[in-house]
Amino acid sequence: MNQLIISAATEGEEATNPLVPNVWEMGVVLVGFAVLLYIVVKFIVPMFEKTFAERAEAIEGGIAKAEKAQAEASAALEEYKQQLTDARAEANRIREEARAEGAQILADLKAKAAAESARITEQAHAAIESERQAAVVSLRSEVGTLATTLAGRIVGEALTDDERAARVVDRFLADLETQNAGAAK
Amino acid sequence: MIALALPAQDSGSFTPPGIDEMHLPAILPWGAHDGFSKQMLLVILSVVIIATFFILAARKQQLVPGKLQFAGEMAYGFVRNSIAKDIIGGKDFIKYVPLLFSLFFFILVNNIYGAIPVIQLPSFSHVGGAYVLAGIVYFTWIIIGIKKNGLKYFKLATVPSGVPWYILPIVVPIEIISNFLVRPVTHSLRLFATMLAGHLIVMLAGSGIEFLIMQENVLLKGTSVLVLVGAIAMYMLEALIMALQAYVFTLLTAIYIEGALHADSH
Repeated sequence: MNQLIISAATEGEEATNPLVPNVWEMGVVLVGFAVLLYIVVKFIVPMFEKTFAERAEAIEGGIAKAEKAQAEASAALEEYKQQLTDARAEANRIREEARAEGAQILADLKAKAAAESARITEQAHAAIESERQAAVVSLRSEVGTLATTLAGRIVGEALTDDERAARVVDRFLADLETQNAGAAK
Repeated sequence: MIALALPAQDSGSFTPPGIDEMHLPAILPWGAHDGFSKQMLLVILSVVIIATFFILAARKQQLVPGKLQFAGEMAYGFVRNSIAKDIIGGKDFIKYVPLLFSLFFFILVNNIYGAIPVIQLPSFSHVGGAYVLAGIVYFTWIIIGIKKNGLKYFKLATVPSGVPWYILPIVVPIEIISNFLVRPVTHSLRLFATMLAGHLIVMLAGSGIEFLIMQENVLLKGTSVLVLVGAIAMYMLEALIMALQAYVFTLLTAIYIEGALHADSH
């Protein structure tokens, strides 16, 4: 072994130029590097890239999920606010309506009451009028009878003839009325 | 290691280790020089380490990662976001993540070998591997450029827009040389040279310490401590450079791909 080294060393004294490669070593490096490159291309890089992609996806997915939840929450909030506003408006509207209705009812009742009272008054008037009319009619006939009876007694002539009596009474009353009208003038 | 011990054994003068000590004997030798070397074993081991770690880390695919998955995601995310996304950008960047990811960790693990005791050998201190990776990247960005822009790509890549026609005879050759000839060379040699230099320094310090400690004189023996302190500092620097070179190599790859994708806007 020793012998070999020394001989190799001395032999190479002039021949060894560090820039001249050993072809076998070049071959080993070439093959070794090719094998390594194959393993890297086939296994190592895809595995790492897959992990990286999965991780990025997981992170981005989480962010997207959070964003979605946020959006949903704000949408719900918006909806609730909207509903609240609607409810308030509705309540206001109902209150307004109730007030208006109340006023309407009051006005109706008043009008009804007024109409009722007017009707009652009217009826009373009519009743009074008819009674007065009846009184006038009965008074007229009674006065006539009475007057003729009295006049008959005074005159002593029987004024039983109804037709004549009626004529006398009518004339009397007409005189009375013209007198009244003259007096009124 | 045995070879390193050799110069110290003839206790005369100190012969520093050279380029030739970079080449360890083959584990399974065949032919004169070639054979299955420690470098090759380490390269294969790096593939196993990277594949195992990331498959274990990525396998569970939990939304809330455990410690292992988190570490894997950090490492993957660094290449994916800090290199691919920031440089290439757009929607296209994900297509190039596997290449950039493989490059970064392949180079990183193979460099870090140099900082691990006993292993102590960055794979890319041999130029072959660096040539291979730079070559893969070279063809990758040229093919991307042609796919994206058609054969017009070569015009876009070498004739900068907005340059007056009379300067073009100077600019075009410079662009051709810098983009298509020098770029792959610098891309590979940057990685190889830093790793070689770092490894040489560690070796030099190691053999220096060994040589000094073998001295009869006690005071001279004591100076080995100074070398040790210096060696530790250099070791730290090397560890930084190992990680940095993996980053630089991957970053440049991303820049080349971006340049090919958007050749029309450069």
